[in-house]
Amino acid sequence: MDAVKRFFDSDIWWSFKRSPLTVTAAVLALICILGAALAPVLAPHNPYDLAQISLLDSNLPPTWLDGGNPGFKLGTDQQGRDILSTIMYGSRVSLLVAVAAVLMSIALGVGLGLVAGYAGGRTDSVIMRLADIQLTFPAILVALLISGIGRQFVPRDLQDALALYVIIFSIGLTGWPQYARTVRGATLVEKNKEYVQAARVIGVSPASIMVRHVLPNVLGPVLVIATLNVANAIIAEATLSFLGVGMPPTQPSLGTLISEGQNFLLSGEWWITVFPGIALIVMVISVNLVGDWLRDALNPKLR
Amino acid sequence: MLAFVLRRLFQAALVMLAVAFVAFSLFNYVGDPVNMMVGQDATPEQKQELRESLGLDKPQYVQFAVFVKNALHGDFGLSLKQGRLVSTLIKERMPATLELAFVAGALALLGGLLMGVYTALRRDGWLSQFLLTVSLIGVSLPNFLIGILLILLFAVTLPWLPSYGRGEVTSLGWWTTGFLTTSGWRALVLPAVTLSLYPMTLIMRLVRSEMLEVLRTDYIKFARARGLTDRAVHFGHALKNTMVPVMTITGLQLGSIIAFAIVTETVFQWPGMGFLFIQSVQFADIPVMAAYLVLISLVFVTINLIVDLLYYVVDPRLRIERTAGAH
Repeated sequence: MDAVKRFFDSDIWWSFKRSPLTVTAAVLALICILGAALAPVLAPHNPYDLAQISLLDSNLPPTWLDGGNPGFKLGTDQQGRDILSTIMYGSRVSLLVAVAAVLMSIALGVGLGLVAGYAGGRTDSVIMRLADIQLTFPAILVALLISGIGRQFVPRDLQDALALYVIIFSIGLTGWPQYARTVRGATLVEKNKEYVQAARVIGVSPASIMVRHVLPNVLGPVLVIATLNVANAIIAEATLSFLGVGMPPTQPSLGTLISEGQNFLLSGEWWITVFPGIALIVMVISVNLVGDWLRDALNPKLR
Repeated sequence: MLAFVLRRLFQAALVMLAVAFVAFSLFNYVGDPVNMMVGQDATPEQKQELRESLGLDKPQYVQFAVFVKNALHGDFGLSLKQGRLVSTLIKERMPATLELAFVAGALALLGGLLMGVYTALRRDGWLSQFLLTVSLIGVSLPNFLIGILLILLFAVTLPWLPSYGRGEVTSLGWWTTGFLTTSGWRALVLPAVTLSLYPMTLIMRLVRSEMLEVLRTDYIKFARARGLTDRAVHFGHALKNTMVPVMTITGLQLGSIIAFAIVTETVFQWPGMGFLFIQSVQFADIPVMAAYLVLISLVFVTINLIVDLLYYVVDPRLRIERTAGAH
């Protein structure tokens, strides 16, 4: 209880309450997350249960248009699946991929950054050179190349089943240099401080110093980058899926839904692609706004 | 200077070698190329013969050396799907991508400069605020979604522009251009706008902040005190001094325009190299993928090399350790 009370007394909570834009964004983000996480409970239909969908309901427009059916608030697609439900299930996949990819980037980047900063010398320059080289390529291109080429090494019949892991891996692998740079910089500062020297003098092992003493002190900026990167990872995943090198149609994310809907754009069924698109935009912008606020709130220079 | 150039060149060569190795392993570890090439009823002797004629019985490092040698000559073999030389395929598709990238880049530079200068000069005007807000939203929108929304608006709801393809093209030798026909230009509008939006907002924000910085300096105050017209001060003195960072960022953006062209080309089915790559991924067309991988890496390595060297020439403070940023 003490921790909760301290949180509501803190500067961060105060600055959060003072920014209506951030509160709105946080509420929207929360709705997206809850809608995605609780999709099996909240969604009006289960679009992937063949017993529940019927081709008779295909291509229905949203409720408020002529020919709409009140059972399908945002209309249905060509197979008679409820758009609102596919969006909720799709967001689930999108968010899962984004969060898992960011966690992978953090693990990789923070680990390498700590080692580079603490060890210094040759290790440091090799790791940071690699980071530099990777940063010269746009992240989305690297993810696309890894995902497109990586999947060739997976046997054909397993490609759909392993798509989730391939895409998490490809997006996760592109994010690490940013964390590595930040953590390395912070580590260089921390490692000469007295508490680290004291730990070294009493014989704590380097691994233990890095993890138990340096790491907790460099996590602040990591949190900010991570929040903003979740938004980027959602975009990256949607782009890859849109291009057909991400999630397969059997397990669609928002990007897959948009890509499938695009085929019906010219015949007038705009809702199949526009509503997943709006969901994607809302999710990305709200996460971005929260991340921007977090960056400003945690930066003492801006107070 | 020489040491710096050599170090950079060496590093670029290393990166290219690593990329070539990935491309090489694609050929070697994805399926058996011999099985892909011969028919179902080939005898083991025929296979062995083919294996030897392709040099596949030699040790790995010899094969890799041969691969690199061929790649340097632009020879990546035959496309598995179309049965034609990969180099011909790429040569056919290259004009489409370059024309799209060129128009998008020009659009981004022009629009970014104009809007950047405007928002810096009229800081509190409603139009400036509007442009800044829109640019913020624009940055967070995925590129392909902008393309789809533009199609919905300008090709479906208002049937003004074509939603796919390149229109009529005229061929000039091996180069095909869409610049000479009306339908070519009409087809170019939506893809070029889609592709230009992201770099445009970046350039606009950069020009704006650089302009604001420069407008505060003493020599601008002095220029005003000399009684120069606003136009001379703003464009002759202020804008000119914002150009160095703008040029470098634009140079770096050139690479990402080519990268993002993959997405834009897929949305608009623009027959460029990016679309070719996406199709080759779906059909597991290894030679095309390998060639594209090597080519796009070469483009980026070259751009970064040039930018690095330019930095070195332009700014003596950076002659220690310079790393190029990217987004």
